[in-house]
Amino acid sequence: MLSIPALRWGQPYPSLEIETVVHFATGEAVANVSQANGGLVQRDMRNAQAARDALRAISCADLIERCKSAADAYLNGTLPLGDGQQSPDEFVHAQSATSGLPEHICRANMKKNHAVLSNMERMLDALTRGLDLAILTRGYGKESRGVVVSYQAQSPVLGLVLPSNSPGVHTLWLPAIPLQLGLVMKPGSQEIWTPYRVFAAMVEAGIPAEAFSIYPGGHDVGAAVMAACNRSMIFGGQATIEKHKGDPRIQVHGPGFSKILLGDDAVDRWEDYLELMVESIYSNAGRSCINASSVWASRHTMEIAQALADRLGPIEVKPPTDPTSGLAAFTLPGAAAAIWRTIEAGFREEHVTHVTEPFGPRLVEQQRCGYLRPTIVHCKSPTAALAKSEYMFPFAAVVECPQEKMIDQMGYTLVGTAITGNSEWQQQLTDATHIDRLNIGPIPTNNLDWLQPHEGNLVEFLFRARAYQIRK
Amino acid sequence: MSPEAKDSSNLDAAARTAHEVLDAHTYETVQWHFHESTGCPFWLEQRQNLKFDPLKDIRTFDDLKKFEPFEDAWLRGGPVRRWVPKAFADRPIYVFETGGTTGVPKSRIAVDDWRTDYSLFSKTLPDEHFPPGANWLMLGPSGPRRLRLAIEHLAQVRGGICFCIDLDPRWVIKLINKGWMEHLEAYKQHCIDQAITILGAGHDIRCMFTTPKLLEALALALEKRGQTIRGTGITGIFSGGTEFTPQWTRFATEEFLEGVYMTPTYGNTLMGLACSKPVTASEGYKISYYAPQPRAAIEVVDFNNYDHVVGYGQTGRVKLTTLTKEFFVPGFMERDEGEREMPYIHYPWDGVSGVRPFHELAEATTVGVY
Repeated sequence: MLSIPALRWGQPYPSLEIETVVHFATGEAVANVSQANGGLVQRDMRNAQAARDALRAISCADLIERCKSAADAYLNGTLPLGDGQQSPDEFVHAQSATSGLPEHICRANMKKNHAVLSNMERMLDALTRGLDLAILTRGYGKESRGVVVSYQAQSPVLGLVLPSNSPGVHTLWLPAIPLQLGLVMKPGSQEIWTPYRVFAAMVEAGIPAEAFSIYPGGHDVGAAVMAACNRSMIFGGQATIEKHKGDPRIQVHGPGFSKILLGDDAVDRWEDYLELMVESIYSNAGRSCINASSVWASRHTMEIAQALADRLGPIEVKPPTDPTSGLAAFTLPGAAAAIWRTIEAGFREEHVTHVTEPFGPRLVEQQRCGYLRPTIVHCKSPTAALAKSEYMFPFAAVVECPQEKMIDQMGYTLVGTAITGNSEWQQQLTDATHIDRLNIGPIPTNNLDWLQPHEGNLVEFLFRARAYQIRK
Repeated sequence: MSPEAKDSSNLDAAARTAHEVLDAHTYETVQWHFHESTGCPFWLEQRQNLKFDPLKDIRTFDDLKKFEPFEDAWLRGGPVRRWVPKAFADRPIYVFETGGTTGVPKSRIAVDDWRTDYSLFSKTLPDEHFPPGANWLMLGPSGPRRLRLAIEHLAQVRGGICFCIDLDPRWVIKLINKGWMEHLEAYKQHCIDQAITILGAGHDIRCMFTTPKLLEALALALEKRGQTIRGTGITGIFSGGTEFTPQWTRFATEEFLEGVYMTPTYGNTLMGLACSKPVTASEGYKISYYAPQPRAAIEVVDFNNYDHVVGYGQTGRVKLTTLTKEFFVPGFMERDEGEREMPYIHYPWDGVSGVRPFHELAEATTVGVY
């Protein structure tokens, strides 16, 4: 079994506190992971500037090239991990074993990370709107149009408090390295794998190890990361969002409440978009913030719900190694049952129909974990609690709502796919500030263009544009 | 006989003697608390409801199992005088509290116990690191707590004077429960500022009580000013709390103590103070605590049967018995668990290591608040 130390600016730190991560279904020990303490993080952050200095010694262009090499090493290489090595297959197996995700979804997430690492140049070009990246290194410079601009890094490192149950999120922070900011990571207790593998791949590609710290540990470690880093990302639930709302130092990623909106001009052809709806709800085991949690239309809503239920309702729990497995386990004992109780309470509201009910029980409890099978509900009114709920499995509400009231009623939306040719409504949707990513036309909600910002532009989060005048 | 065999034989003999002393002390304490002329109203009243006669049926420590587990709710609310033994009715009485962030705190009366406990503890402190006559800083909770007065007494017993700060742990817990982390940080800083002001005021402070969290914060704050704990003149630190893990001890030793001596302790208002075996890197910074027997005894008991002590090295819940003339608590189930430890030559009775919040209550327990 692997023993995995914490990393303090690239140096292994075997702790006296060890947490054994286990297979979600069998309880078999998978790795012994050293646990850091919050004080360790705070003390190490005294040297955070050295991480940025090490990266700034290499040009952004060179780092981008090294990211490409790292992408291949990450996807295909057998890389060092703790006191051993890990092949790509072993990585997938371990990630699935501890996070509860099916192995083929873990592989798909690897490809996503690979794609981002391989296409860093294009991504940064898009996110910086073509800025010469040397300006970010130096802090100021002259744009091609002859104007002096200055972008000041707001922190030498980016802090990350990462989730346990969603390996798809790592694409968000990968660009920090070619932007010459160090990474200070607290991995999720059940998804330690990606941060360590990215570190190993980047070091193999010639990126300085001293730019990375990885601190597995408890809540105090996450709090210390956010307290000590002037810029951090945290992933969590609605409570986490509320807690950090308005703090410019922290970017919070939580439930997306992503939606599909069928305009009055398109809704009579709803069957044409059924596949898109299924994909948006079901992909990645329904675990992402970019999965649709509701479909909004003014009519045909019960027919749509019924058709979605026919497609998704029969889906059964399968072993994580099965390439057709589409559901992820809730690895925390009692979690699946608790979520199901909340959903069942929602069914008791007036005009709410559980449309997948005829397809058998949704809650599947196993000895050490639980599953929730896809669940479709029909809400006759947007006021139903389930109309605006999001859960970490394929769950969606089909909500009946007049088109002219949708924008007002639908609430925050990370990804909104609006299927409509109505230009006036398109403009209103474009202007709606509670929609983050807007797709006009039949684009699945999970179909992201990585050349566009996600929940805020990472470059704008990490760098501040300011005035800079030079007189000789 | 080899030196090892001799040591083992000596330890066995010492353990047997310690157990005999504990049995005798138990008998004496129970006689005191349940006798009409000396006992406190609470236990005299309880006696009426017991299915046995404590004066006749409790002769050894093991006999204390005849009592039902002590209910901590009994300590909440008054009248507080029901806990005062008749023999002490005319003595000045202190009351010390624990908890109390919401609702009624638990109270314990005391006459001299807190002085006695800390006078005994003083004898375990090495003079080299806690020099007699040195002044102390109490960087810990103030208010209606035993610890605040006890540290002052400890300093006085050792010939020093104790400086204190203001720290209200009930407010700290409220800040945590409300999620006001910014305020929590500011309050912590307020406490550290008080400490740094005193340490820099020329009082020749060389010894300190503090908690792991505050020690960490103090070290960080001093370093931001280009100073260190050692640089302030501190040579000995006495600390405590369930966060006192081997990893934390190693972290403190390697990262900021620079050779300043630190001794962990485990205690509370009911028990007094359990000392630890010397903590060394060679033993992986393992921390084993030993109660101040016979005044108090710690047992590590089965999670499902609180009358059954687990085997050495095995895990169980910490059960505490307090046996002083001022206060009698048979079988109080602590909110902690740990591993049962073998007797040790300086403390020839059972100890406990790896102390941490009891797993069934851990989620609801706020630890290390200050």
